[in-house]
Amino acid sequence: MNKKPWGKFSLLMGASLIGGSTLAGVAFAETGDAERGQAAAATCTACHQANGSGMNIPGGESWPRLAGLNADYIVKQLHDFKEGRRQNATMMPFANMLNDQQIADVAAYYSAMPITPGQGGDDVDDALLARGEQLAERGDWDAYIVSCKSCHGPNGTGVGEVFPGIAGQHAGYISNQLHAWQNDQRHNDPQNLMAAIAKRMSDEDIQAVSAWYATQDVSAQVGSEEGEVAQ
Amino acid sequence: MILHKKRLVLALTGCSLATGLAVSAFADNAGDSSSSEAPYQQLVELGFPAPQEGELVHVPPTMADLEDADIHPELKKVIRYGYDLFTNTQQLRGENVFNDMNCSSCHLGEGRQPFSAPVWAAAVTLPDFRGKNQHVNNLEERIAGCFAYSMNGTPPAYGSDEMLALSAYHQWLATGAPMYPSQPIYGRGFPAPGEPDESPDYARGEAAYQENCAICHQNDGAGRYENGEYVFPAPWGDGSNNWGAGIVRVDTAAGFIYNNMPLGQPRSLSDQDAWDIAYYMTSQERPQDPRYTGDVAETLERFGPTFHKRSLYGQVREHDGHVLGDHANFGEKGDIQPWNVGMPRFENLSDE
Repeated sequence: MNKKPWGKFSLLMGASLIGGSTLAGVAFAETGDAERGQAAAATCTACHQANGSGMNIPGGESWPRLAGLNADYIVKQLHDFKEGRRQNATMMPFANMLNDQQIADVAAYYSAMPITPGQGGDDVDDALLARGEQLAERGDWDAYIVSCKSCHGPNGTGVGEVFPGIAGQHAGYISNQLHAWQNDQRHNDPQNLMAAIAKRMSDEDIQAVSAWYATQDVSAQVGSEEGEVAQ
Repeated sequence: MILHKKRLVLALTGCSLATGLAVSAFADNAGDSSSSEAPYQQLVELGFPAPQEGELVHVPPTMADLEDADIHPELKKVIRYGYDLFTNTQQLRGENVFNDMNCSSCHLGEGRQPFSAPVWAAAVTLPDFRGKNQHVNNLEERIAGCFAYSMNGTPPAYGSDEMLALSAYHQWLATGAPMYPSQPIYGRGFPAPGEPDESPDYARGEAAYQENCAICHQNDGAGRYENGEYVFPAPWGDGSNNWGAGIVRVDTAAGFIYNNMPLGQPRSLSDQDAWDIAYYMTSQERPQDPRYTGDVAETLERFGPTFHKRSLYGQVREHDGHVLGDHANFGEKGDIQPWNVGMPRFENLSDE
């Protein structure tokens, strides 16, 4: 975690140094195995596709891309579906089919996949994309909307297991999730961090930022790096 | 240790805009009802005090306003560069910046945000006498101080492209605000939260930090990098500001935290939590104050009255007996001496 040299003062901090795995407040003991994960993921592919790309479904429930997402993030979401912290009628029965080991395995499997392009951001005008870029990169402080990148990281590629990569995610999925937070239908974010922001966004803001992130091509970036960390 | 508490900011609810309220805004915003009729209404809804009668309320222009502004295109370029330096100060890493901070790490909202030390205020109140260094400072010298302390670095030269661009960005944000205003400025600085019921406490602060802050700033206060780029600034340690930065003062830290953190949820912490977290955070080690004489007690004696009386510098940390700041670790900058620190000014002016 701390990549900076701290020299002789490291001892002072010893007591508060805790491993990164407890960051989300939930520690998962299982180590994922991508090969086993492939077998366990057989039921996932109908929606999330064999390459983990998911699918943007305009006007419907888009299936998120899982390829290249942080493994621990996927693990947490699957546990949240199972235990009711994240409500989704489509996902719940599938999450319920997986035991803890299988959750770790499918997470390792998907996180190691190369990132595929986001869909659904192509049919919006330049002005809306510019608004999306502003919200993503700089926020709109007059509405107290902080930039997406301040938590989701540079270029929106995600920060650890807590803040998922959103660049190259499908516009329909991002938009549905932001609306879900806005309407109190989703609340498995730590410390209400996402919901507080989502509630200040207009429908147009949500459309703009979803489209902008969907058009960001991060497929050149390797998902395997995060996969390695997770294992 | 006795904390010097700043005055309470009185929270007014339901305060309508009174006649005594001075509102200034960029001209292009004048027709925009959201900014001219009820500036900062969003902040009031978030729990910030409404502008009070007699306060100067200024809404700085945005970078979008800059595009439409009727100023020389060359000036626009320089202001854009200043904005870029302000929000990505890390581009000066290894030259002027030797920690993980950007200007905008503390001055949120690109330096425009009330209660987050909006920087346009410096542009209209300086030159002025500054207690910290006991002489009259102009805007450039004030910015230079941030480099020496908050960025644990050494400033770009006065008059340099970087310094001019940063100054231009500050002054652009002040567009429309009166010079040397006689009124108090709405949302200036990091106003401290109300007096806590109990004295700030390390253990309570640690618990509150772990609960509210660690998810981003990490358990060990190191902040977080992702793909080599800074995401969450380090509240202490070598990646953070040094012992001479304004935010090592407990009340300033409490004011920053209370009004700005957790990000996106200002004023959500209790006064007590904000003070406790500030106390915990400012009880951790960080790079040495560049004014260090080689002896922490001597440094404290010299700079206590003008600065460290509000920090924990040189104090014994109760739970482990550690003397805060008793070290010669200057962080990544090593033995580089910020050229502006201790630079004498106006020595030949005689008293009237």
